[in-house]
Amino acid sequence: MQQHTISVLVNDQPGVLTRVATLFGQRGFNIDSITVGGTEEQGLSRMIISTGGDDRQINQLMKQLHKLIDVISVTNLSENPFVSRELALIKVTASPSQLAELNGIVEPFRAAIVDVGPSSLIVQVTGDTEKIDALLVLLQSYGVIELTRTGSVAMARSIVPVTAAATV
Amino acid sequence: MSVEMAELQKKNGIPPIQFGEEVTGAETLLRCLILEEVEYIFGYPGGAVLPIYDSLYGSYFKHILTRHEQGAIHAADGYARATGKPGVCIATSGPGATNLVTGIATAQMDSVPLVCITGNVAQSLIGTDAFQEANITGITIPITKHSYFVRDIRDLPRIVKEAFHIATTGRPGPVLIDIPKDVANEKAPFTYPDKVEIRGYRASLVPSDKEVQEFVKAVSEAKRPVILAGGGIIAAQAEKELRDFAEKTRIPVINTFMGLGGFPGTHELSLAMPGMHGNYTANQALLNADCVIGLGARFDDRITMGRTKEFAPKARIVHVDIDPAELGKNVDTAVTVAGDVKSTLAKAIPLAKACESEAWISQLKEWKEQYPYKYKKDGDVLKPQAVIELLYNSTDGEAIVTTDVGQHQMWTAQYYKFKHPRSFISSGGLGTMGFGFPAAIGAQIAHPDRTVISVVGDGGFQMTNQELAIVSQYNIPVKVAIVNNQCLGMVRQWQELFYDNRYSQIDLTCSPDFVKLAEAYGVKGLRAHTPEEAEAVWAEALAHDGPVVVDFRVAQEENVYPMVASGNTLDQMELGDD
Ligand SMILES: Cc1ncc(C[n+]2csc(CCOP(=O)(O)OP(=O)(O)O)c2C)c(N)n1
Repeated sequence: MQQHTISVLVNDQPGVLTRVATLFGQRGFNIDSITVGGTEEQGLSRMIISTGGDDRQINQLMKQLHKLIDVISVTNLSENPFVSRELALIKVTASPSQLAELNGIVEPFRAAIVDVGPSSLIVQVTGDTEKIDALLVLLQSYGVIELTRTGSVAMARSIVPVTAAATV
Repeated sequence: MSVEMAELQKKNGIPPIQFGEEVTGAETLLRCLILEEVEYIFGYPGGAVLPIYDSLYGSYFKHILTRHEQGAIHAADGYARATGKPGVCIATSGPGATNLVTGIATAQMDSVPLVCITGNVAQSLIGTDAFQEANITGITIPITKHSYFVRDIRDLPRIVKEAFHIATTGRPGPVLIDIPKDVANEKAPFTYPDKVEIRGYRASLVPSDKEVQEFVKAVSEAKRPVILAGGGIIAAQAEKELRDFAEKTRIPVINTFMGLGGFPGTHELSLAMPGMHGNYTANQALLNADCVIGLGARFDDRITMGRTKEFAPKARIVHVDIDPAELGKNVDTAVTVAGDVKSTLAKAIPLAKACESEAWISQLKEWKEQYPYKYKKDGDVLKPQAVIELLYNSTDGEAIVTTDVGQHQMWTAQYYKFKHPRSFISSGGLGTMGFGFPAAIGAQIAHPDRTVISVVGDGGFQMTNQELAIVSQYNIPVKVAIVNNQCLGMVRQWQELFYDNRYSQIDLTCSPDFVKLAEAYGVKGLRAHTPEEAEAVWAEALAHDGPVVVDFRVAQEENVYPMVASGNTLDQMELGDD
């Protein structure tokens, strides 16, 4: 089973997310992560969905997604080079005296400390999944009180002409 | 208003619709339905649709008041299957809407065009668990082709236009429009769009020349080819093209259950139905073919038995379907065409030539003669198969036959040789008991001059037999043939074969006297116990100018054969004990 990142362009209608999510459940697919947001065009949203499956399953999933009336296009980003980013906020047990030490850990990741409290602070990091996982491992020793992370947002690299990407 | 619309109104004798006139949402809806050339609505009123029913009062529409919403939607479905036109039904919010659910799922599984209109509570009450509130758009997401919740009366005309377009184009299916009461009461100037534009929606798919050439090439190389013709042939009205293609290429045709009537069962190239209760020849054809050509068929697990690797093991599979998601979904394919079967075949016929299939055809013919559908006759005992043969012979295969679900459904598919498309109407995909009788009502309304027979089991009939009221009220001359084995026959068969004769909860001996039940509704009721009585009673039923219920008392222990047990493959076929 391979990990795939699917980009789905949809009409920005109430209920679209439910339709997409229902389709996954109905057809026996799992959603590892899903992000939804606005696009370059008003009235349209783009969903970035990470899911697992072999080629045949992913092919079927893309076709089923395309059958939804509110779905305009479906692209499997994983077939070509693409850029993917996640955002995470990590609340760590630490006193203000440990700020410098933590900054030293966070900086190589181009992450930032965005809030400092008497006994905890919040680290903000963006990047691909592996990078965020790596930073998390380092912060774990301080004690992670709370973690929240988005799914990926992703986009095909510009060297790939849009029409060449696998689109249904 | 466009010229076509004005002409349409004139043709239908409808008072002219004034565009720009301020009307309510309810009135807007009805005007849209007129412009969509809807003639019949099947429905049931309630609080949330009172504005719509008020607008119906004295209007042009023919509304059929069923006795249950399930009856309404199955009748709309039968109407749609018998005509190819979209069926329309209306239900109120909450319980009315949820009573449509089984019918919506039935239509979705069999790709039937329906437009289901439900009322809902006013938007100010949505989400408050108001009286008779149900989130019907949410409930039906997985079983509709698309659905709409109307928030603004100004969207309503576009939505109705889109709904009919979506229901009837591409792979047909049910579309739901949920209208909250405030929208039904609100007023706006009436408009109706000329065109539908839905970005990303593929309404029709005409295959490219290259795809068709590949298709023709793959087919022409075959020596033992067979066509598996599904419901898509009927939906696409491709029966003539199928026939021309089969005759020109000399390829035998298997009709799937949903495809019965799409190719004449009486044709020399017909191999009838395959699969679990299909015939020996059709299944042997699949097992031995070197090329299986799926045309508007979805390789359902009642045919592949879910054992897709062992299905048609010697064949390259060529698949044409309007729904690209069906290609490669259930079986591995060698050549695929994403396209409408009618236009694919129309393009293929001039390019195609005869296959070298004569040896294959004579082998199949031999099997057909050697292994026909058969049952043991037993003196005075009325066999259910004999009942279906009687229905076939008495109507020369010209009737429209609807069935319910169970053994009688399979016997009908086996023993009635359907010659014409849209003459066999049955819930194939979902297997919905209670479907057959209301569907017959819809079919008879669509074709008042044809003989419409509703073959039902004593079990399934009791799920919707209250619709006897409407065959009586509107004098709809449906002939109901109850294949009465006094039990849930198909369940009994499985319990006998796979559960060691442990007959759990199948006894229907305490059913109403169906003759008296019919009479209670003012419908003629007849009964037969023996083959002779059956013939006489059935002749009387056919001669009667109005609805009739015939209670055929048949042998209880009869099983449907051939049978491929679930889990087995097509070569493990039980032919029966005689
Ligand atoms: C709504 C619904 N409930 C249950 C079933 C399961 N089921 C399939 S066939 C059958 C028995 C049908 O009995 P009857 O209507 O008497 O027809 P017969 O098989 O005897 O011809 C049942 C219960 C079903 N298909 N649909």
